Amino acid sequence: MVRLLPSKERLSKGSRVSAEELAADVAVDAVASEQTAPTDAIIDDDMPESDLVFNVSDLSVYYGDFRAVRDVNMAIRPKEITALIGPSGCGKSTVLRSFNRMNDLIPTARVEGTLLYRGVDLYDERVDPVEVRRRIGMVFQKPNPFPKSIYDNVAYGPRVAGQKKGLDDVVESSLKKAALWDEVKDRLNESAIGMSGGQQQRLSIARAIAGDPEVLLMDEPCSALDPIATARIEELMAELKDEYTILIVTHNMQQAARVSDRTAFYSVEVDEKSDRRTGILVEYTNTEKLFSNPDDERTENYITGRFG
Amino acid sequence: MADIGIESQPILPLRGISIEALASPARRARKEAAIRFIFLLAALVSIAISLLIVLSLVREASVFAFNIDWRQTWGQIGWFPRQGVYDMPTVLVSSLIVTGVAMLVAGPLGLGSAIYLSEYASRRTRGILKPVLEILAGVPSVVLGFFALFFLSPQVVERLGRNGWLVIGAVLVIAYIAIVASWMRKLIKREIDTPLSTQLVRVAALTFSVAFGLILIWWVLRVAGPSDVDNGLPFVKRGGQLAAAAVGVGILTIPLVASVSEDALASVPQELRQASAGLGARKITTTIQVVLPAAVSGIVAAFIIGVSRALGETMVVFMAGGAADAARFTDSPFEGGLTMTAAMASLATGTDNVVGEGLTFQSLYFVGFVLFVLTLGLNIIAGRFVNRVREKY
Repeated sequence: MVRLLPSKERLSKGSRVSAEELAADVAVDAVASEQTAPTDAIIDDDMPESDLVFNVSDLSVYYGDFRAVRDVNMAIRPKEITALIGPSGCGKSTVLRSFNRMNDLIPTARVEGTLLYRGVDLYDERVDPVEVRRRIGMVFQKPNPFPKSIYDNVAYGPRVAGQKKGLDDVVESSLKKAALWDEVKDRLNESAIGMSGGQQQRLSIARAIAGDPEVLLMDEPCSALDPIATARIEELMAELKDEYTILIVTHNMQQAARVSDRTAFYSVEVDEKSDRRTGILVEYTNTEKLFSNPDDERTENYITGRFG
Repeated sequence: MADIGIESQPILPLRGISIEALASPARRARKEAAIRFIFLLAALVSIAISLLIVLSLVREASVFAFNIDWRQTWGQIGWFPRQGVYDMPTVLVSSLIVTGVAMLVAGPLGLGSAIYLSEYASRRTRGILKPVLEILAGVPSVVLGFFALFFLSPQVVERLGRNGWLVIGAVLVIAYIAIVASWMRKLIKREIDTPLSTQLVRVAALTFSVAFGLILIWWVLRVAGPSDVDNGLPFVKRGGQLAAAAVGVGILTIPLVASVSEDALASVPQELRQASAGLGARKITTTIQVVLPAAVSGIVAAFIIGVSRALGETMVVFMAGGAADAARFTDSPFEGGLTMTAAMASLATGTDNVVGEGLTFQSLYFVGFVLFVLTLGLNIIAGRFVNRVREKY
């Protein structure tokens, strides 16, 4: 029989990943994987706080009095792809959405703990979520072009930020970065609704990078696409990594293994009395290690298909 | 299986099955047919009633149309059906004024409340406000007629009067110029390789727009000028006037415009709002740039339904419109006037024994027919427009 959820004993033993544990993991990785992949070289422990893009400590997100995810600790380094994986309901999308304060759109949502972006607390009361979202862009699960022309879709971000001149260049370079320019350059004034799903998702990416963000959050960006369109998006992510820090939530473990530098595995713990489910971060380390030699038994069970 | 009374039948072999086993019992089939017939009858009766109404309308209207001296229906001093003077522009223009002013009230207020309810209000606030709006929709029009006659006319319209009109008129003119100008700018921007026919259509449309603008300015200034009915009051005539009735009609139309637009806004997928927010747009930008364009077909439909409603509203204009039975031609909202509906209602009060010359009674049908054609045309245009917008996106 497949066990769907980890047992209580193991949860109580090591469910919380503290900063120290994480640091220890990272140091081991750096040594262990030196020969395997060159990108691993940048995973080292002594990156100063100000160079980290995000530093999350003890983050919990609540919807009303329901705690959706608790005690998350993660450090996100620049120009890496970080994948968030885990079973449904483990709070990975919730965590992703707290990175650019999209959870603010849900009236009952509330965040505890600190989430530093470049050393600034994103949930400080002086911080304007609109400014945050201009620096930290987002691509959603379903391609969702606006009912406007392709041009107006891409120019939307710069326009709402007040840019009026040079939009043609921004549109062109964003579409080129999103590997869409050649397909649409002759029909920029046509409605974006007529594009294929894969094109629409690349348009969403072009739209997100047109505002010149530093970080791209991708919430299962390929789950509505066919394998060919998915492969194109994955290629694209590898190219975008040179310029952007990318966080991706995915249900597809192979995808996480293929594209990401680091992977965070989330799981669910169930309160037996109230049957409430809370997401927890089980293990966060570099992708190679997580998929080949995870420290936590729950991670191993998940990636080998024994659970979730 | 065996204990429900089918022992007498041989048990069917596993592989073979007879057609009777799958056939429906004849009684059941007859019952279905009867039920079907009853519902068909209901549909047919409704359609037949509608057709008969149109037929009777057309019959009496054609009596009027074939027997009237057409010079009596155009360019006369006003609408005096008992004297045989049937000036159509009098009732048409009054209806137009009432509908226009009513939409000036119902459009912004209706769409505004729809935007608030759909985009800004919390679930609890919406739970309170929506029923309140629906109560407004249920106010009998006779009550609003009184309200228009005894409050709006003396307290609002007479106070604001022609000065208020100048402000409203100026806003109208500026809005019109802005719309035409932005439309022109768009045309100029995309002018590459346009065929000659398109160019000609554009020139024609532009000429028409400018001419209409000039007429609009002339009309605003004319209405703002002194009244030709000198009744000792500085600005407007005491009693009812079209403006007061129109505001009343507008209030009646608000809930309709609001609820249809709110449906349209609520049907815009939540993902679009999230995408816009995710790109760093503020709420008002999201609403104006994304939600309204996505809902435009529904909003246009709401406005056209509102116009239909305002055009057909009878009791308020009849009570507060400032004229009974007959009216002189006016193009000013600050004078009494007779809309098409009010003209019909005021003649046919309680009896079909309408006192007047030969065609007085038939004239009502004729006006009714014109109203019917207008409303029908409006609905057809609305349908086509909405479809075109839908196809585009």
